[in-house]
Amino acid sequence: MAGIPHDHYEPKTGFEKWLHARLPIASLIYDTLTIPTPKNLNWMWIWGIVLAFCLALQIITGIVLVMHYTPHVDMAFDSVQHIMRDVNGGWALRYLHMNGASLFFFAVYLHIFRGLYYGSYKAPREITWIIGMLIYLAMMATGFLGYVLPWGQMSFWGATVITGFFGAIPGVGEVVQTWLLGGPAVDNATLNRFFSLHYLLPFVLAALVIVHIWAFHTTGNNNPSGVEVRRGSKEEAKKDTLPFWPYFVVKDLFALGVVLLVFFAFVYFQPEYLAHPDNNIEANPLVTPAHIVPEWYYLPFYAILRAFTADVWAVQLASLVTGGIVDAKFFGVVAMFGAIVVMVFIPWLDTSNVRSGKYRPSFKWWFWLLALDFVVLTWCGSQPAEGMVPVISLIGASYWFGYFLIVLPLLGVLEKPLPVPASIEEDFDAHYPPKDANASPAE
Amino acid sequence: MSHAEDNAGTRRDFLYVATAATGAIAGGAAVWPLVDQMNPSADVLALAAVEVDISGVELGTQITVKWRGKPVFIRRRTEAEVADARAQEIADLPDGLSRNTNAPGTDASDENRAMDETGEWLVMMGVCTHLGCVPLGNSSGDFGGWFCPCHGSHYDTSGRIRKGPAPENLPVPTAAFIDTNTIKLG
Repeated sequence: MAGIPHDHYEPKTGFEKWLHARLPIASLIYDTLTIPTPKNLNWMWIWGIVLAFCLALQIITGIVLVMHYTPHVDMAFDSVQHIMRDVNGGWALRYLHMNGASLFFFAVYLHIFRGLYYGSYKAPREITWIIGMLIYLAMMATGFLGYVLPWGQMSFWGATVITGFFGAIPGVGEVVQTWLLGGPAVDNATLNRFFSLHYLLPFVLAALVIVHIWAFHTTGNNNPSGVEVRRGSKEEAKKDTLPFWPYFVVKDLFALGVVLLVFFAFVYFQPEYLAHPDNNIEANPLVTPAHIVPEWYYLPFYAILRAFTADVWAVQLASLVTGGIVDAKFFGVVAMFGAIVVMVFIPWLDTSNVRSGKYRPSFKWWFWLLALDFVVLTWCGSQPAEGMVPVISLIGASYWFGYFLIVLPLLGVLEKPLPVPASIEEDFDAHYPPKDANASPAE
Repeated sequence: MSHAEDNAGTRRDFLYVATAATGAIAGGAAVWPLVDQMNPSADVLALAAVEVDISGVELGTQITVKWRGKPVFIRRRTEAEVADARAQEIADLPDGLSRNTNAPGTDASDENRAMDETGEWLVMMGVCTHLGCVPLGNSSGDFGGWFCPCHGSHYDTSGRIRKGPAPENLPVPTAAFIDTNTIKLG
């Protein structure tokens, strides 16, 4: 794999040769683990391992939680209380699963922004990026479906609001919404199908993760310099890379340990910090919580959804052009999904020849503004839509689209990039100057 | 194999198209039940209509019943409430339509929204037209009707939007008197 010249697996013993002729699995594992990896990867390259850990954690804790959960409107809430109070260690399993979702999204956002800064989406890694976006979408769907299962007030009303998005589609909206819910409102049929899909999607996710890894093992990793590994000869490639095992495995596991330290502090000392108190009240279709808020990891997109109210000129224009078919509600839904879809096209929207943001002086500013924008939108989504919040949301949403659709295409033409290092080795040596060849090791 | 080189419009082509078409139809027929099973089931549809006993509702009070998974307000209004609702100029309302399933396309006068001519009975969905919250009743809000605590929409004694972000009047569902003590919803 990788097209980077390196040593491949050679079956040595009789058994290895026998197996290799029938199923080259040892070769697959060996080549996957020893893939030549750019030696200048920084600490932002650890989130992949954290994400893999999260997926495993969620699947394992999820499978055991299902052993005690009952997907029925009369029993779901009580069965979750049963897990919390009666099941041996059930509270820990549930809090791991609940906060595991937050760690999952925290890591994926850093992973995505890492890719945005270092241009990991650029050729030849477009497929890796697109598969990554599909993974992110599947994560959002899985997280939403799972949040409905405890059948608290926020579960119920969150499900009502989110499925209401589909009801906003002109013409067929109501039919689609009824089909999704299995009735006129969120009820037992909804809970059952959400449970089924919440169990299914993580395995779809796992399959997508394998394709994601397959894709970047084919192209090789990106790295902070954005310069490709030299592939002229094995010797040349060796100067730019180190094998994934053991070097990066050990580094990644150390980083995972540090991340888990913080994670466990949340799980065991502040397990409800990111949760909503309203979700400890059983779902009641006749009473609405005063303030419906999604989980924190959806807030930026929720803010974009709410930003486009009927008094925004773009909404009025869309309404006028379509003869009223596109109203503010539908416009908001399209904007929210559009904010994610636009990221899928970034490999072709970014016109710069320079991959890494390190060597793009103007790009840096726009990038950090985008990162700030993301944080501001998160805050906006958490607030009631009053006062300055709608205005700030609208500015934030506009910049989000502006970054992808205007800034990136123009910047590649207008910007004068800094000189890029000739090789990864050069970049690496600039950070860690090689010891004088004549000096002998510690005497 | 020479005869296989030019086989346009041959029996083989016909078989190829026929097989593909049969396959596509069979595939669709197999998938449709998997899609259709997600539509509302018979027991859910059976609850599409409910009969509500209103004999116990006192003047100036309301009951909330669950119909098709959503709350329905049934209010027995006082003469003052009705008079208040009927004194309102329709032209000044944010939403000029009655939003009454039983009288589609009519204007938002209270006569077009109430169940009976005297206007004593008012039946409507208890779902705010803004983002779907359940408004508070019992003469709340600035207009003595309903008030949605989520984003501050005020409805008058006829359930019409008067102030706040909600775009439409509270809709009146399909409803009819079966006898003096029973209202059928749906």
